[in-house]
Amino acid sequence: MDAALLLLADSRLPAGGHAHSGGLEPAVTAGVVRDLPTLADFLRGRLATAGLVAAGLAAAACAGGRPGLDAEADARTPSPAQRHASLAQGRALLRAARAAWPHPALEELGPSHHPVVLGTVVRVAGGTPAQAAAIAAYGAVTGPASAAVRLLGLDPLGVQRVLADLAGRIDATAAEAAESVRAGVLPAASAPALDLFAELHRQADLRLFES
Amino acid sequence: MGLDHSHDTVAAEPHRELRETKPHRALRLGIGGPVGSGKTALTAALCRLLRDELDLAVVTNDIYTTEDADFLRRNAVLDDDRIEAVRTGCCPHTAIRDDISANLDAVELLEERHGPLDLVIVESGGDNLTATFSRGLADRQIFVLDVSGGDKVPRKGGPGVTTADLLVVNKIDLAPLVGADLDVMARDAERVRGGLPIAFTSLRESPDVPEVADWVRSAVRERTPA
Repeated sequence: MDAALLLLADSRLPAGGHAHSGGLEPAVTAGVVRDLPTLADFLRGRLATAGLVAAGLAAAACAGGRPGLDAEADARTPSPAQRHASLAQGRALLRAARAAWPHPALEELGPSHHPVVLGTVVRVAGGTPAQAAAIAAYGAVTGPASAAVRLLGLDPLGVQRVLADLAGRIDATAAEAAESVRAGVLPAASAPALDLFAELHRQADLRLFES
Repeated sequence: MGLDHSHDTVAAEPHRELRETKPHRALRLGIGGPVGSGKTALTAALCRLLRDELDLAVVTNDIYTTEDADFLRRNAVLDDDRIEAVRTGCCPHTAIRDDISANLDAVELLEERHGPLDLVIVESGGDNLTATFSRGLADRQIFVLDVSGGDKVPRKGGPGVTTADLLVVNKIDLAPLVGADLDVMARDAERVRGGLPIAFTSLRESPDVPEVADWVRSAVRERTPA
């Protein structure tokens, strides 16, 4: 894999991801995620829904030629809190990407959802739609997993095992998204519980993560 | 990248208008230091002392709640729309050093909302002695210690103590109660800081901190030629 794409997938990329839990914090607050097995359940669900949608949007943005992707992202993100979080992370990624990979396509890109920015950056960095989908699907689970280590004090080695066990599903999700986009269909899986958690989190008095 | 404000930015609420921000000229002042040392008290004091002469705004970083921002609002040191709170995902140092994007967004939002500002204070969440502000986020930084952590703290150093543009040692009124020797702290701090300034304060007893306010004034003047 191209090293530029590894940089994009790296959690150390300074693009604001560390302050977002992908709905993990409200799930912990609600008692839904408590330990490694419940974390694994959460991540499988998130990958199959938000992860698949993000991977599809990233693949489509990377492939280009499909206008209105940002509106498509809006339509697939019913929770205002999630739209807010996605736009904030898109803005942060665009800032980091413009610094790292200066390119007219990034200067022209206006404020956009995170997967749309990601797909555009992957194209600029020389990657393919399938690779954009892979990075999006991977990020959809690694962000919340890292948040679980920080919030619940879970054994980081145990969390890594959960992620390793998910690797095949991440690959399959990315492949499904890329194939779907090639066939002209943007995935539109939904996760109502994640939507509700995002809204509850936005109103919570005590929160450590932005989303 | 951090100081380049020619890019289009948007406000924190989701909307898509492209806007040009004005050229950056506000001094960005980071205030860092351990939990409970007096960062928020110092921020509030500076706002009270400087708000009539400088156009200023504040970004707070709080690892738990928006408590710091609420403290500033309750004390009415600034209008609500001049205070932005940033959540740091359990990593206060990451938000001011390794990944400053959320703080940059907040600073740019304030500059966009209020036009050119003279001063934006970025108050870090409480952290440890290894915390320091990225040069991409803060033009100048103040590190706030307090004497109740013990008089050995300056000797221990760390980037905040050794390299901050101004070191504030707060709660000097507590020194006799906790057995802290201020002379030792001053001597050690001078040794590890190579001549950088140090201020000894008791923000509780004397919230008017003229030496710190004067230091900030001169930093703003250097940044913004008349």
